[in-house]
Amino acid sequence: MIGIIDYGMGNLRSVENALKAIGRECVISDDPAVLHDCDKLILPGVGAFNDCMKNVTDRKLDVFMKEEVSAGKPLLGICLGMQMLYEYSEENGISKGLGFLKGRVTKMITDLPVPEIGWNELEWNHECPLRSLLSEHPYVYYVHSYCAADYDDADLAAYSMYGDIRVCGLVVRGNVMGTQFHPEKSAQDGLKILTYFAEVF
Amino acid sequence: MITKRIIPCLDVKDGKVVKGINFVGLREVGDPASLAKQYYEQGADELVFLDITATHEHRETMVHIVEKVAEQVFMPFTVGGGIRTPEEIRAVLRAGADKVSLNSAAVRDPDLIARSASLFGSQCIVLAVDGRMRPEKDGWNVVINGGRIDTGLDAIEWIREGVKKGAGEILLTSMDADGTKNGFDLPFLKAVRKEVHVPVIASGGCGSLEHFAEVFEQDAADAALAASLFHYGELTVGDVKKYLREKGIPVRL
Repeated sequence: MIGIIDYGMGNLRSVENALKAIGRECVISDDPAVLHDCDKLILPGVGAFNDCMKNVTDRKLDVFMKEEVSAGKPLLGICLGMQMLYEYSEENGISKGLGFLKGRVTKMITDLPVPEIGWNELEWNHECPLRSLLSEHPYVYYVHSYCAADYDDADLAAYSMYGDIRVCGLVVRGNVMGTQFHPEKSAQDGLKILTYFAEVF
Repeated sequence: MITKRIIPCLDVKDGKVVKGINFVGLREVGDPASLAKQYYEQGADELVFLDITATHEHRETMVHIVEKVAEQVFMPFTVGGGIRTPEEIRAVLRAGADKVSLNSAAVRDPDLIARSASLFGSQCIVLAVDGRMRPEKDGWNVVINGGRIDTGLDAIEWIREGVKKGAGEILLTSMDADGTKNGFDLPFLKAVRKEVHVPVIASGGCGSLEHFAEVFEQDAADAALAASLFHYGELTVGDVKKYLREKGIPVRL
């Protein structure tokens, strides 16, 4: 059973639909007792960083996630959920994140349109078991105005180039995984990434 | 590298996909969820559903359509047409849509953009603008109600204001080009693109593969939308993308 963490933000239905499509059972909940019984957790997220973190901390889900992650439970952060894995974000002033990954979240400065909206190619930074499971040139769907910076290169499995910006696409550190893109909206390769998280990670 | 997006647009009336020429002469062409699935399998990058139903009961139908689509296609899609309140936005987003497009309602109540963007994030607020060149040919005016009402607003100024209020993307339809199949309205698109830093979706006028290539080669848009061309099977999304790749334009294949 996969627990989708519901903190009142984001399109949880899409993540649920995608998990159903790959034959995985899941539960959407904000109740630590329910989520504790799940084998794996997904932290989705849409909106502004500070609002999301506030909703998470108001429900004491930050404390819960820290306990679960240190006990070894796999956690996948998606989009803003991935950004929340870092130490802090500069969106609307400085806001503290969950701190599972080293680094900060910063506004993308580029001549290209911001937000980045669309399909971008994932390029591999390190060998990753996912590589052999995906297409030779996997494209994934991004919607974001902020991205990770000052991160630990060892955590970065794959990135996408947006102009000169090397956007942290897929990050993995221990039992924590994050995708800046939306795997649940990234067609077959996205579903394969979710399958990997559900079955292997 | 970010790819250029090809977006089929489905006009939905009373639960069925229809497409008119210049918004008159509507004709039924199919079931939204099965058409959506077909486009997903063809490799469409996104879908836009425009609800052209007027009554409240059919709005509820739209939410059910969105739910059905979201269970079957794992790509982003936008819902627009007649959305007036944050509550209506919440309903379609909760049903599984990724973005909503605001058109006439935003013109009547510009703060709807700001309110919605702060509640749901700019990334899911698409400002849809239908524009027509003024008789003086010195710019474009915003038209609403399917082109029937000229608001007198300058389209470029309106778009600039909409982005300031929090719109994350612009869906620009040229009423001069729409239905002509003579190609996208490049001067209009370029004028918009010069003014704003958010992605622009070109709509109206596409009639051939060359038109898709042209709008991207001239860097007039980030995405191109078409309806009848795809619905009536003149071209598939796959045909368009293969052609664009041959032309050296980045696409997801």
